[in-house]
Amino acid sequence: MSVPTRVIDDVVIKFAGDSGDGMQLTGSQFTNNTALIGNDLSTFPDFPAEIRAPQGTVPGVSGYQLHFSSNRIFTPGDSCDVLVAMNAAALKVNLKMLKKGGIIIANTDGFDTKNLRLANYPEGANPLEDGTVSGYELYKIDVTKLTREALKDIQMGVKEKDRAKNMFVLGFLYWLYNRDMQSTFSFLHDKFSSKPEILESNIKAIQAGYNFGDTIEAFTSRYKVEKAKLPAGNYRGITGNTALAYGLIAASQMSSLPLFLGTYPITPASDILHELARHKNFGIRTFQAEDEIAGISAAIGAAYGGSLGVTTTSGPGMALKTEAMGLAVMLEIPLVIVNIQRGGPSTGLPTKTEQSDLLQAYYGRNGECPMPVISTATPSDCFDVAYEAVRIAVQHMTPVILLSDGYIANGSEPWRYPQSKDLQPIEVTFKKQLAEGEEKYLPYQRDEKLVRPWAVPGTAGLEHRIGGLEKEAITGNVSYDPDNHEAMVKTREAKVDLIADYIPEQTLDSGPEQGDVLVLGWGSTYGAIKSAAAELQEQGKSVAHAHLRYLRPFPRNLGAMLQNYKHILVPEINNGQLIKIIRDKFLVDAKAYNKIKGVPITRTELVSVISELLA
Amino acid sequence: MSDTLTPASPALTAKDFATDQEVRWCPGCGDYSILKQVQTILPQTGLPRENIVIISGIGCSSRFPYYMNTYGMHSIHGRATAIASGLKATRPELSVWIVTGDGDGLSIGGNHTIHLLRRNFNVNILLFNNQIYGLTKGQYSPTSEEHKVTKSTPAGSLDHPFNPLALAMGADASFIARSMDRDPKHLQQMLLRANGHNGASLLEIYQNCNIFNDGAFEIFTEKGSKPEEALFLEHGQPLIFGADKNKGIRLDGYKPVVVNLGEGMNADDLWIHDETDFFKAQILTRLFDDPTRQGHFPRPFGVFYAADRATYENSMSLQIEEIIAKKGKGNLDSLLQGKETWVIE
Ligand SMILES: Cc1ncc(C[n+]2csc(CCOP(=O)(O)OP(=O)(O)O)c2C)c(N)n1
Ligand code: SF4
Ligand SMILES: [Mg+2]
Repeated sequence: MSVPTRVIDDVVIKFAGDSGDGMQLTGSQFTNNTALIGNDLSTFPDFPAEIRAPQGTVPGVSGYQLHFSSNRIFTPGDSCDVLVAMNAAALKVNLKMLKKGGIIIANTDGFDTKNLRLANYPEGANPLEDGTVSGYELYKIDVTKLTREALKDIQMGVKEKDRAKNMFVLGFLYWLYNRDMQSTFSFLHDKFSSKPEILESNIKAIQAGYNFGDTIEAFTSRYKVEKAKLPAGNYRGITGNTALAYGLIAASQMSSLPLFLGTYPITPASDILHELARHKNFGIRTFQAEDEIAGISAAIGAAYGGSLGVTTTSGPGMALKTEAMGLAVMLEIPLVIVNIQRGGPSTGLPTKTEQSDLLQAYYGRNGECPMPVISTATPSDCFDVAYEAVRIAVQHMTPVILLSDGYIANGSEPWRYPQSKDLQPIEVTFKKQLAEGEEKYLPYQRDEKLVRPWAVPGTAGLEHRIGGLEKEAITGNVSYDPDNHEAMVKTREAKVDLIADYIPEQTLDSGPEQGDVLVLGWGSTYGAIKSAAAELQEQGKSVAHAHLRYLRPFPRNLGAMLQNYKHILVPEINNGQLIKIIRDKFLVDAKAYNKIKGVPITRTELVSVISELLA
Repeated sequence: MSDTLTPASPALTAKDFATDQEVRWCPGCGDYSILKQVQTILPQTGLPRENIVIISGIGCSSRFPYYMNTYGMHSIHGRATAIASGLKATRPELSVWIVTGDGDGLSIGGNHTIHLLRRNFNVNILLFNNQIYGLTKGQYSPTSEEHKVTKSTPAGSLDHPFNPLALAMGADASFIARSMDRDPKHLQQMLLRANGHNGASLLEIYQNCNIFNDGAFEIFTEKGSKPEEALFLEHGQPLIFGADKNKGIRLDGYKPVVVNLGEGMNADDLWIHDETDFFKAQILTRLFDDPTRQGHFPRPFGVFYAADRATYENSMSLQIEEIIAKKGKGNLDSLLQGKETWVIE
C-alpha cells in the first residue's frame, strides 16, 4: 500500500513461459493497456512453430517482448529490464536477454524437479537457488498455488483453474506498473460472455495478482511511465498484419473495386486472411483455396473480372505461385501478391523472421518477368504500403509484390490512424467501349505509362482473348515473331521502370545529406537502423539513414544519393540480397551487414558495425 | 440456364462466335468438331457474347478460347479451373466455360478440378479426353489405358488410369455427362444440358487425337461397333443398346447385368435411368471396363447425374448480404478507429 511510485522513461518486459501458458495473450493484453495510456511501444512476439511443443522444454518456450516508453522508440529493445519466467525453460532461454540487475519474476512452481529436468538443468541444480541469478533482482512467486487459492470458491477442475495463472501474472504486473485494468476486463467480458465460470476465474485471478502486489512487501517501488511525446493525433494500437489487411480494405473502398482474396493458410500470413474474413460487410470475398497455386489463380480470375485481386502467403507459398505470377505479368492485369517472409529455404523457420525472399521477388520467375516490389518497414507502415501496392497495381496494370516479414506482421505499435478523408482516392478506369474511330478492341495498345486498358467480361463490343503465350504488340494476338518478342520483353520492363515517375523520390530518414556513412535499409530493420543512427548522430557522427519502400523500381534519385557518402552500409536479415542489387544497379562499393539467425538485427550490433566503418 | 443473363438481340448465329484467328489443330483432330458444336449451341442459349468467358489451361485443346469470339483466357497448365473459380466468385452473372484436357484437368490440374466440383461453382467444364498428351507430342496421360506404349513408355505404361466420371462423383459433382466428338447431335445436346445445369457441370468428351492416339474411341464412335458398345442414357428410359435394340442392363441388387430382351425379359424389367439417383449414378460410372474384354459392359454416354445443390458463388453472395443486413455496410472510418483509441495533444 505504502509502496512509492517511481517515474521511469523506458521499460522492456519479456513475458516467457511454456507455449501452453498463455504468454502471447498476457503480452498482448499488457500491450493494449500500455497503448491506451499513451506510451510509445514496440513488441516482438516469438513463439515455437509447434502449437504444443513438448511441455516444459526449451523448444516449447513462447515469449512476448514489449518495449514501452515516454520517449519515441522504434524497436522492441535489444535487452530487457524485466523477465517474467513461468518455468525453468523460459528462464534458461531468456536470461541472456536480461540486463544486469534486471528484475526476474519467477513462478516457483515452474521450477520444480520435473520442470528443471525438462529444461535440461543438471540433476539437483536450480538456477533460482544456486547463484545463477545472483546479479539480478529475483522475486519468487508461487503463481500456481496463489491462483488456485484465489479460485477456491469456483466450481471448476484444477486444470481449468491453472489456465488462469497467466491472468494472475498480468494482474501483478498491472499493480507493478500502476495500471487501470479496465481494458482487460472489457476484453474478457467480450471473449467469455458465454462462459461465465471462465470469465469469473480470469477476473478473480487478475484481481488476486493485483492484490498480491499490494499485500506482499517485497517490492520497494511501483513504476510509472508517462505518456510519450508522439506527434499529435488520434492513436490506436495495431499489428503489422492487421494494418496490412486494413490497407487493402481502405484501398478497395477508395478505388471502389471489390476486394477478392485468394489464399492458402501459412504462417505468418494467415492473420491477413483471418482479418479480412471478419469484414465481409465491406463486400470482401475471401477464398481459402486448395493450395497457393489456386489462391493466386483465383485472384487472377477475380482481377480479370474487374475485382481487386489479392493473394497472401509466405516463402514456400511464394514458390508455388511463381508460374501464375508470370501469367499475371503476361496478362498485364492488376494483382497484389503479399509475401510475409519467414526463415527459409523450404519450410525453414516458420515462426522466425527473415528478409531472404527479395531476390526471389526480383528475379524468381521463368523468363524476363519484371514486377514492381515494395516493402513495409514497421507494423503501422503496412497500412500505407498495402494501399500503395494497390494503387500501383491498378494504375499500372501490373502484379505487385509486397514484402513484409514475420517480425513486422506480429509486432505492434501505436498507429496514428488516418481518416478516409485523408486518403487519396485511387482512380481506376475500365475501358467501357470502343473509342471514336476504333474498329476493333486492341487489348495491348498502351498509354503514356505503357499501360494497357482494363476491359472486363460483360462489356459488349470489347470481347477479346488473352493468355500466357507471347503477345503481338497492340493486338494481343499470339505471336512467335522474334522482333516482336524482344520488343515485348523490353516494353514490359520499361513499363515497370516507368513507375519510378509515379512514386516519391527517396528521402533520408535522418542524418546529413552527405557525409561518412549512409545506412541503407529496407523492411523490418527500420527501427534498429533508426535507433542506431540516432545514437551515433547524438555523438556527432556523420551517419545518415535511408529506408527503401520502393525496391523495384528504385526511386529516381537513389543513385545520386548513394554518391554523397564515403560508405554505404546495407544491413539485412539474410545473406546479402539488396546489396547485390544495389551494387549491380549503381556500381557502388556498398558494405553488407548480415544476420541470419531468425531474429531481428539489434541497435547495439549496428552501432558497433557503423562505428567500425567510421574508424 | 443461368437466371441472371438477358438474351442477346438480335439473334446470333454460329458464325458470330468464330474469330479471325486461323485454327491450328492438326487436320482431322476431334477438337474441330467440338469447336463447331460449341459455336452451334451458343446462339441457342441466348447468352450475349460479352457475358461468355472461356478459360482454358495448356494443351492442344486449350487453344480453344482463341477461336471463340467471346471473352477468353488461355492460361497456364492445369489452372483454368482455379482461375475460373475466382472469376465466377466475383462475377456470378457471367457464363463461365472451362476447356481442359485429360492432362491439364486430371494430371497437373487434378487437384483444382476436384475442388471446383465439390464447391459447385456454376461453370461448365469441357474435358477433352484424348487419352494422350497431344501438345507435348504423345506421352501417355492419366486416362491412358494400362500398358500403353508411347514415347515416354516404350515398354508400356504402368499407371492405372483414372475413371474421370467416377472421380467426379467422388468429388460430389452435381452434374456429370459424357459425349463424343464424332456424334455432333449428342454433343450439342450434352453441351446444352451442361449449360442449363445450375452448378458445376463436368462434360467428358471423347476426342480423337488422330496424330498420337488415333482410334482410341473408335469402338464407341464408329458405325459398325457403336450400337453394341455405346449405351445412350435417357432420363426415365430403360438402359437398352445393341444394333437391334435387343440388349439391356438390369440391376441384380447392386450388380448390373447385361440381358437379352425377349427371352422372358422386357423393357420394364430393365434398369430405368434416373439422373437424380446418386447411388445408381455411381454404378453407371463404373461401367468402364476394357472394351476388348469378353463379357464387358457397353460404355454409357449421356447425363449420368444431375442434382441441385447450392452453388458456391451464390452462397458467397448470400453470406455477404446476410452479414451486411446484420452488421450494416462496412464503415471505413470506424474500422480504422477500432475500439480503443487515445489522443495525443
Ligand atoms: C507447368 C507446365 N508443365 C508442362 C507443360 C507442358 N505441357 C503442355 S500441354 C501438356 C499436356 C497436355 O495434355 P492434355 O491436357 O491432355 O491436352 P491435349 O494436348 O491432349 O489436348 C504438357 C505436359 C506446360 N506447358 N506447363
Ligand atoms: S496433336 Fe492430336 S490433339 Fe493435338 S491437334 Fe493434333 S490431333 Fe489434335
Ligand atoms: Mg489430352
